[in-house]
Amino acid sequence: MTDMTMTHSDKIDLSKARQTRVGGVILILLALLVLFVLDVPMGSVATFKLSRPTDAIPLGDLVVPGGPFNLVAAGILAFLGVRQFLRGGGRWTSLSLGIGFAILVLAFLIWATTGKSFSLTGMLQATVVRAVPIALGGLAGVLSERVAVVNIAIEGMLLAGAFTGALMGSLLGGWGGLVAAMIIGGAFGFILAALVVTYRMDQIIAGTVINLFVLGVTSYVSSQVFSNYRALNNAPVFRSWAIPYLSDIPVIGPMLFNQNIFVYGALILVGMATYYLFFTRSGLRARAVGEHPRAADTLGIDVYRTRYVHVIMAGMVAGFGGAWFTLGSVGRFDENMTGGRGFIGLAAMIFGRWHPVGALAAALVFGFADSLQQKMALLNTPIPSEFLAMAPYIATIVVVAGLIGKARAPAADGKPYVKE
Amino acid sequence: MDVELRGVTKRFGPVVANDKVNLVIRGGEVLGLLGENGAGKSTMMNILSGLYSPDEGEILIDGKPVQFEGPGDGIAAGIGMVHQHFMLVPVFTVAENVVLGVEPTGKFDYLDLKRARAQVRAINDQYGLEVPPDELIEDLPVGIQQRVEILKVLFRKADVLILDEPTAVLTPQEVQDFFGIVRALRDAGKAIVFITHKLHEILEVADRINVLRQGRIVGEGDPKQLNEEQLAEMMVGRPVTFAVSKSPAQPGEDRLTLTGVSMISDRGETALDNVTMTVRSGEVVGIAGVQGNGQTELVEVITGLTRPGRGKVKFDGQDITRASVRARHMAGMAHIPEDRHKSGMVDNFTIAENMVLNSYYDSEFSGPLSIDWPKVHETAARYCVEFDVRTPSVFLRGGSLSGGNQQKMVVARELERQTRLVIASQPTRGVDVGAIEYIHERLIRARDEGDGVLIVSSELDEIMGLSDRILVMFEGRIVAEFDNTGGKADRNAIGLAMAGATTGAMA
Repeated sequence: MTDMTMTHSDKIDLSKARQTRVGGVILILLALLVLFVLDVPMGSVATFKLSRPTDAIPLGDLVVPGGPFNLVAAGILAFLGVRQFLRGGGRWTSLSLGIGFAILVLAFLIWATTGKSFSLTGMLQATVVRAVPIALGGLAGVLSERVAVVNIAIEGMLLAGAFTGALMGSLLGGWGGLVAAMIIGGAFGFILAALVVTYRMDQIIAGTVINLFVLGVTSYVSSQVFSNYRALNNAPVFRSWAIPYLSDIPVIGPMLFNQNIFVYGALILVGMATYYLFFTRSGLRARAVGEHPRAADTLGIDVYRTRYVHVIMAGMVAGFGGAWFTLGSVGRFDENMTGGRGFIGLAAMIFGRWHPVGALAAALVFGFADSLQQKMALLNTPIPSEFLAMAPYIATIVVVAGLIGKARAPAADGKPYVKE
Repeated sequence: MDVELRGVTKRFGPVVANDKVNLVIRGGEVLGLLGENGAGKSTMMNILSGLYSPDEGEILIDGKPVQFEGPGDGIAAGIGMVHQHFMLVPVFTVAENVVLGVEPTGKFDYLDLKRARAQVRAINDQYGLEVPPDELIEDLPVGIQQRVEILKVLFRKADVLILDEPTAVLTPQEVQDFFGIVRALRDAGKAIVFITHKLHEILEVADRINVLRQGRIVGEGDPKQLNEEQLAEMMVGRPVTFAVSKSPAQPGEDRLTLTGVSMISDRGETALDNVTMTVRSGEVVGIAGVQGNGQTELVEVITGLTRPGRGKVKFDGQDITRASVRARHMAGMAHIPEDRHKSGMVDNFTIAENMVLNSYYDSEFSGPLSIDWPKVHETAARYCVEFDVRTPSVFLRGGSLSGGNQQKMVVARELERQTRLVIASQPTRGVDVGAIEYIHERLIRARDEGDGVLIVSSELDEIMGLSDRILVMFEGRIVAEFDNTGGKADRNAIGLAMAGATTGAMA
C-alpha cells in the first residue's frame, strides 16, 4: 500500500521531481567547477584587508589558505548536490541552491585573490553604495504594486531623476537638484497613474512608453545641449558624512555609517515604508486596495485616490534614487546611465516578496554582484572584464528564475479597477 | 429600528427595475424577500444601501424620511449589506478585515490591532459567532468567512442586515448553523432581510415574506400559511412543477469510465485524488459537493480542457485521456460548461454564430471555401424555437440575451446533435425558474434517449431532483456514493459527506 502511494504521488509530482533533480545536477556541476576551474595551489593564501591604516580601531588581515578552503567548498557543494538529488524537494531546493551559490561566490573570491590582497571592507562598502538605486527602485515598485499598479516605468523615473538632478543641481546646487529630481519622479508617477488608473491603459505599455520617452528626451538633451553648455551638466556631489563614533566600528562602520545622504535616505525610507505599510491605518487600506479593490470600495475607501497617491509616492522615491547616479556619485549625466537598474529594482521587489525590507536585502545581493565585478576588474583575473560586467544581470536571472519560491504578488496586481 | 420604502421607483433607461415598491422592514423580524433573477431584488437593496438613489418615492427610517447620497450613507444610517460574493481580503486576518475602513488608531496613524481584536471578540461573544480573530481569511471555511461578513456590518453598528443569497455557498449543515445565527440576531432586535430564491429556506427562517416579480411586490404573506407551490406561483406568475418527472433509469453499458484519475492544480494543490467512477448509458449521475472540491477539474479532465497527471479516462471503451477536445466532441460528448461567459459562448458573436461554435467545421455548414451562412441562420432559428430561446432575431449579440436565454442557447447547441454523453456543469446557474424546468426536462430526455448524463452542481436540490445515482466529492476525492432511485437518497447523509465526514456515509 505504501509503495502504491509512493509511485502514485511520484507520477503526479513529475515536474516537481524533475525540478528537484535539476537542482541536484546544478549543485554537482558547481562542485566540479570549484574543484577544477577555480583550482587553487595548496600552499598559496588569499589576504583580505578588514580595515584601512587610518581607521580608529585597526583590525588584522584575514588570511585564508586558498587550496584547502576551495577543497572544502567543493566537498560541501557535492554533498548538497547528492543530498538534493536523493531526497531534496520542497523548500530544500531553493535553500540548497542559495547556499550553493553563496559558497561558489566565496570560492571564486578566494581563487581570484590568491597570492594577492584585497580590501573586503572596501567591497562591502561599495556593495551598500551600489545597492542604493536598486533598493530605491525596488521600494518604488513595492509602493505601487501594493496598490496593484505594475510599475515598469521605474527605469524611466530613475533616469529622469538622474537627469533632473544633474541639470537642476548645476543650476541650484545639490539640494535644489535633489528636490527637483523627486518632483520630476512624482510627476512621472502622476502621469503613469493618470494613464493606468483613470484611462485604464495597459500598465506594461504605459510604463514602457514612459521609459522610452525619458530615454529619448534625456539622451537628446545630453548629446545636443549638454555637450555645448558644459556648465549645465556639472552638479555638486553629496560627499560622505561620517556619523561620529558609529563610523569607527570596524567593517560595519564604513559600510553603514560613513556614507552619503542617499545611503542614509534609502535606509530611512525602507524603515518608514515598512512602518507605513504594515503598522498604520493608511497602510492597511493601501494593501486592501491592492488585494481586493472592490471590497475596499464598498468600505468607503477611495480606490482611485489611493492608487494615485501611492504611484506618485513611488515616483518620488524613484526620483530620489535616480539622483544617486548624478548627485550621489559623478555629478554629471550620461546617456542611459541607469543601465537597467530600475528593472533590477523590480527583480529585487519580487525577490523581496513585495516587502520593503525584503527588497532592500535583495538589492544588497545585486549590489554585491555589482561591486564584485568592479573590484575583480582591479585584481587582474584572467576573466575578461566584459564578462565580469555581466555579474549583476546574471545574478538577476539566477535569482528570478531559480531561487524565488512561491512569492505571491498582490492579488489585484496589474488589473485596472472599474467602479460599478 | 424600522425602515420603510414608500412608492420607490427606479428606472434604467426604458427598463423599470423597481415599480412603486412598498416595503416595511421591522426590528426583531426576519423579512424574506423572494424573487427570480432580474426581479429587481438587487436594485432595491442597492437603493437601501445608498448606491442608487430612487427616481420616485422615499425611504423612511423610524418614520422619518432620509436621503442617501452615496454608498457610505446606508451603513452610516445603520443598514448593512452582506454581499453574495464576499468582500473580504483573503490575505488579511479576520480582525483586519472587520475593522478595514473604520480602524481604531493611535498616534502617527498607528493601527491598533489589539483594540480591534478585543472589539471583534466582544461582538463574537455577544452573538455567538465563534470567529477566530487572528486567522487569515483564506485559511477559513466559507461558512466562517460569511460570519466575518456579518461581523463586519455588526461592527459598523448596523441594525438592519441585508443578506443577499447567503446560503448559496454553504453545505446543508452550515445552512442550519447559519439559520441559528440569523435567529440570534433577530432575537437581539436586529432587522434581517433575507434575499433568496430557495423556497424551503425562506419558509423555514422568515417571519414574513414578500415576493418580487418584474420590479413589483406581487405578494406578501405569512410563512405558516404558505407552501412552496404557492410561493413559486407568485414568483414566476404561473403554476410551476418542481419535481422533475422521470421514469426509473434504464442503465445500459458503460459510457464514461475514470480510473485512478489524479491531478495537481496550477496552484500546486492536489485537485483530483485517485478518482474512479462510471457513467452508464441511460442514467443521470450527479456530483454533489461544496464548490472548489475538485468538480471543476473533474469536468475539465473529462472534456479534455486539461490532462490528468495520472489515470485513464475512457469513453465508450476507448481511451480518450489524451484525445483532443474536438475528437471528444465528434465522438458524441456534449459539454455545458459551468461558466458560460468564460467557456460556453462568445458574448460578441451573434446568436447564430454561437449556435454553431461546435459544428461550423462540419460539412453541413462548411463549403469548400466558406461557411454556408444562410444554412447557419436557418438552423439557429430552428434551435431557438426548439429550445425556447426568446429573441427577436438570431442576428443579435449572444451577450444581449438574458442569463436564462443565454444558457438555453448553450444547451441547445450542445444537445441538438447526436450525443452519447452529456457533461452538464452548473446547468442552471443564474437561470430563472421557468428555464430551469425546461433545461432539466431536456437533460432527462437525453437520458431517456440512451445518453449517459453527468451533472455537477452546487445546488443539492438540483442534484437530488435529477440524479439516479449521486457521488459526493470532497477535497478531490469521491467520498461517498448514494442510490437515488425514486429520490430515496438521504439528504442529511449527503450533507455530512459534503462536509468531509466519510465514515459510514457509503451507502
